[in-house]
Amino acid sequence: MAKTPILEVRNLNSFYQQGSGLFRSKKRRQVLKNINLTLCPGEVLGIVGESGSGKSTLAKVILGMVTQYEGEVIHHSLRPQMVFQDPYSSLNPAFTIGRIVEEPLLIYGKYGTVERKRRVREMLEDVGLGEEYLTRFPGELSGGQRQRVSIAAAMIVRPRLLILDEAVSALDVTIQDQILDLLVRLKKENNLSYLFISHDLNVVYQCCDRVLVMKNGRVIEENTVDGIFDHPQHEYTKQLLHAAE
Amino acid sequence: MAQRSIRLLGTQRALTKPNYFLHLGGGITGFVVVMILVGMVWLPYSPTAMSSAKFQAPSLAHLCGTDNLGRDIFSRIMEGAGSTFVIAASVVLLGLVAGTLIGCLTGYFGGLADLVLMRVCDALTAFPSILLALVMVTIFGLGKYQIILILGILFIPSFARVVRGEVARQKSQNYTASARLMGAGHFRIIFRHILPNILPVMLPTVSIGFNNAVLAEASMSYLGVGVQPPHASLGRMLAEAQGYLGNAPWYAMFTGLAIVLLILGFSMLGEGLNQRD
Repeated sequence: MAKTPILEVRNLNSFYQQGSGLFRSKKRRQVLKNINLTLCPGEVLGIVGESGSGKSTLAKVILGMVTQYEGEVIHHSLRPQMVFQDPYSSLNPAFTIGRIVEEPLLIYGKYGTVERKRRVREMLEDVGLGEEYLTRFPGELSGGQRQRVSIAAAMIVRPRLLILDEAVSALDVTIQDQILDLLVRLKKENNLSYLFISHDLNVVYQCCDRVLVMKNGRVIEENTVDGIFDHPQHEYTKQLLHAAE
Repeated sequence: MAQRSIRLLGTQRALTKPNYFLHLGGGITGFVVVMILVGMVWLPYSPTAMSSAKFQAPSLAHLCGTDNLGRDIFSRIMEGAGSTFVIAASVVLLGLVAGTLIGCLTGYFGGLADLVLMRVCDALTAFPSILLALVMVTIFGLGKYQIILILGILFIPSFARVVRGEVARQKSQNYTASARLMGAGHFRIIFRHILPNILPVMLPTVSIGFNNAVLAEASMSYLGVGVQPPHASLGRMLAEAQGYLGNAPWYAMFTGLAIVLLILGFSMLGEGLNQRD
């Protein structure tokens, strides 16, 4: 493991301001407490924990969507992208699928029209959607298809780091497997790294290399997948594993 | 197979009820608009030509009769409906464009601009609009374009408020967050990503706004501060007709009918568009 990491997080603390009225004193609630993590190229790091444990906040801090933090977030890759949990609100309902996938390229303004359209078709094919989807709207697609579109839109700028925030949690089990297969294939083909956030240990077991267990904003355990599943150290991890069986 | 597809068509037809509002509203509005367009190029009589034939009852020569100066009421209604329509449309356009801009900025960015602009809108709506309009008439003066400007300003808050709420709602959707992540600027997100999503919601607001604008123009002209004589306007004609209700009831009747048709057509069209999805 002499490779340079793709993402480093050091001593990260994050806060939410609570209550900002004239008569209420401002309270700072700490949501992330001294988080450290490194992610290497080609690695899938799972982050598990119950609701409110700070998983999503961690993702938002890494992506710069939350700015109230102390500590260091060091990216060694350009344009990390994110796939959201809810495939129903993460696609613009007014855009066609073709436009949704094309939009990142339009924003970067890198290619000519013909090249853009070619890349969009290629990308959609890559996630298993044919050309007939180009002119459809998100409202006409199923949850699994929408998540494929989200992945295509995130992947079209060729990021090296993809953050998947409960990306398969809203899908039923068979569709989950299909999307996980797709993610594994894309990772191999593009040398991607994933930060895989989930509350579902079974899914994490299927696709992650290493796992961080979070509780109340703290990382309480970190190990390889096999280490976590075979020799859980922390009581909370044991509970999670027990609950997932 | 053939039978099956016929059955399917049958159920589909049963599921989608015909949209009476849309058809009837479209029909009435279409009729009114055609009459107005015709009135712009051709009228049976000159709307300002006076004659000795005063207070004539409706006849084949004068479809709606004549008024106190012997002018043809039908021609005057066609001209008056035209100017009322143009004024109402301009007022809505002005209010819509300015209101959408303000609503987008306040709904998206929030903060101080939101606070200040929305309180200004509150202040505008807090006064009775007719009073405010009269005050503004003393500032801007009388006339067609002044009325458009004044009513346009008064109509901004209603549009701004609807747009603000919608933009705030859309902003919390994940697709705007993912657009941010892809590096889209704020203005790209507002005008390219969010605006297309709120346009369908705006349609009923526009049709209601148009109706209010027709009524507002009519009441302004009725009070004598709208379209100035000798030009016709529905509100102005209604005001004149009031004095002759006893000897020429058709004057008020047909003028009122024109206003009703204009408003009824548009509100049914709006309701129809609302029910369409």
